[in-house]
Amino acid sequence: MSKLRSVCTATLSLVLLAASSASAQGTVKVGVLHSLTGTMAISEITVANAAQLAIDEINAAGGVMGRKIVVVKEDGASDWPTFATKAEKLLTQDRVATVFGGWTSASRKSMLPVFEKNGGLLFYPVQFEGNECSPNIIYTGAQPNQQALPALEWALSKGYKKIFLLGSDYVYPRTANLILKKHIAAKKATLSGEEYVALGGTEFSSVINKIKAAKPDVIINTLNGDSNVSFFKQYQAAGYKASTLPVISFSIAEQEAQAIGTGLLNGQYATWNYFQSLPNPANKKFVAAYQKKYGAGAAITDPMAHAYMDVYLWKAAVEKAKSFEPMAVRKAIVGISMDSPLGRITVAPNGSLTQAVYTGVSGAGGQFRVVAQSKGVVKPEPYDKLAFPGKTCP
Amino acid sequence: MDFTFISGQLFTGLSVGSILLLAALGLALSFGLMRVINMAHGEFLMVGGYLTYLAAQWAGPTLGDAYLWVAFPLAFLGAALLGAVMEFTVIRRLYGRPLDTLLATFGISLILQQAARQLFGSTGVPVTAPAWLGGALQLGDVTLPFVRLFVIALALIVLGGMWWLLNRSRFGMHVRAVNQNREMAAALGVNTRSLDLLVFALGAGVAGAAGVGLALIAPVNPTVGAAYIVNAFLVVVVGGVGSVLGGAVAAVLLGFVTALAEGFTSVSLAQAILLVLVVAFLQWKPRGLIPTKSRALEEA
Repeated sequence: MSKLRSVCTATLSLVLLAASSASAQGTVKVGVLHSLTGTMAISEITVANAAQLAIDEINAAGGVMGRKIVVVKEDGASDWPTFATKAEKLLTQDRVATVFGGWTSASRKSMLPVFEKNGGLLFYPVQFEGNECSPNIIYTGAQPNQQALPALEWALSKGYKKIFLLGSDYVYPRTANLILKKHIAAKKATLSGEEYVALGGTEFSSVINKIKAAKPDVIINTLNGDSNVSFFKQYQAAGYKASTLPVISFSIAEQEAQAIGTGLLNGQYATWNYFQSLPNPANKKFVAAYQKKYGAGAAITDPMAHAYMDVYLWKAAVEKAKSFEPMAVRKAIVGISMDSPLGRITVAPNGSLTQAVYTGVSGAGGQFRVVAQSKGVVKPEPYDKLAFPGKTCP
Repeated sequence: MDFTFISGQLFTGLSVGSILLLAALGLALSFGLMRVINMAHGEFLMVGGYLTYLAAQWAGPTLGDAYLWVAFPLAFLGAALLGAVMEFTVIRRLYGRPLDTLLATFGISLILQQAARQLFGSTGVPVTAPAWLGGALQLGDVTLPFVRLFVIALALIVLGGMWWLLNRSRFGMHVRAVNQNREMAAALGVNTRSLDLLVFALGAGVAGAAGVGLALIAPVNPTVGAAYIVNAFLVVVVGGVGSVLGGAVAAVLLGFVTALAEGFTSVSLAQAILLVLVVAFLQWKPRGLIPTKSRALEEA
């Protein structure tokens, strides 16, 4: 009886499998999983838009290996457990070939076990704190050595020796600053203070008073989201400006700069792998296409450029592997190189990008003008040698 | 820890206290006097911020920095109108059902946040303080930014206005009468329905005007209300529900405690220290700093 039942089940599942692959003939499903509501929506909606733009472009040009991409869009709702639930749904119910998504480290860390358990593949487009290296995640945003450390080097090269670290109170700023502190000590510079404010915090009087007492040369700012608006308003009210106490930020891109207001941010610095003002042809094409679809004044940021390029990277890897199977794609993606809006990038064996680093100064309309860039491209290092000695990718 | 730093922190305490007070004053009316647990109170502050932005857009080109004087009445009236509509359509049907009110107003807060997102986008809008608020008063080595002083003055003015209205006007007498004994006040001819509407709208209006001040030092975006709501309730509860003066004392006290905790430990630790102190305080004085006395039965 049990044998008969198992035969029946097997037959039934074969029939179902045949039916599902027949219906999927000519298309391939991918997931786009970002916060479309809640506090992170401000940043993530535009990143989802950028991925959608790339998918539309690829479909218009004939798809991937002759198949049109069908997007299954899910809302992570700025809630980390929701990201895990939605990722599970995308992998097990929709059976997507890959997922593009995530912004906060908390959302990534909550999705990671889901992707590892189900053998899925996630393209993560945002700069992060490193100290993590899952074979199921392609980390295309900057590793610490592709944003935080080059920014520190640049500050030191400008003669700024006393450094104040200010950040939001969660994993990314704390880990990034842990790494920075090791390097500040190694370079014989001075750490003149370190403070964290709750995400969404709006009160900076004490922080500014502490800055006043510490008299730093420069502030390295890992505040996230709207806390930046409060900080810069109160920093300016206290009589500071870029010429007297420059601030280098890691989470302020063109969109945030527009929201903070040029008047507050003028002359301040940011370090990224991409600025909207980069003059390369791939970027000009990307900016024009995005603004045509989402509005002429739309600001374009580093995570958006990464998300856009991630879709093209996935396409290239699928075509190289001649398969949509996630782990085959993961294997094939290593070594892929392309001219993207970020310039020339290459996927390193650890699944991150070899890419250039730019420091820009903020000006009119929330745009940044590049004032310094890395010599060539920088190889990604998930585990900082000083902060996490001996740790390597599996 | 030198003298300059400590005097700077004392000013910080005053400044934080004034912001807490501004955030809480409207709530002192709706929650303090009417016992309406209004989770959408933060959104009235947000509405005040957006109306400041609109005032700057409309009046800025002709009036320049004087747009601020247009922003205050606009924010007050706009938020008051919204409060009146909310009271008339939802709150009034839920009096005496605090749990339902809590859920309904929480829902309204989400609706208002999404409305702001639809109208102005999920990115915040820029509001910059007028140039004449840009400087700072220099007392020795201590810097007192004009915009902070302005917010302190605004909190004092709003507090004074509310005190006068509640303690010296006929309207205020009715409000206090209804607060102490609703049935008796109604029996003596006070129209409690329209009074409820007025008090709630006034609380919303005060929050709207406070939102103008907050917009000068904090962001204006769909979720900014959530940053204030917890602290606003904290101030009202510590001060003593029903006591506007208690709220004022509590706000300044909490401001100083925050500033000292932030000054001598770290900013991230200070919030936790503050909450522990508040919990301990409420164990000791569950009815707050200045408890209201009443002979009504449900208060006994």
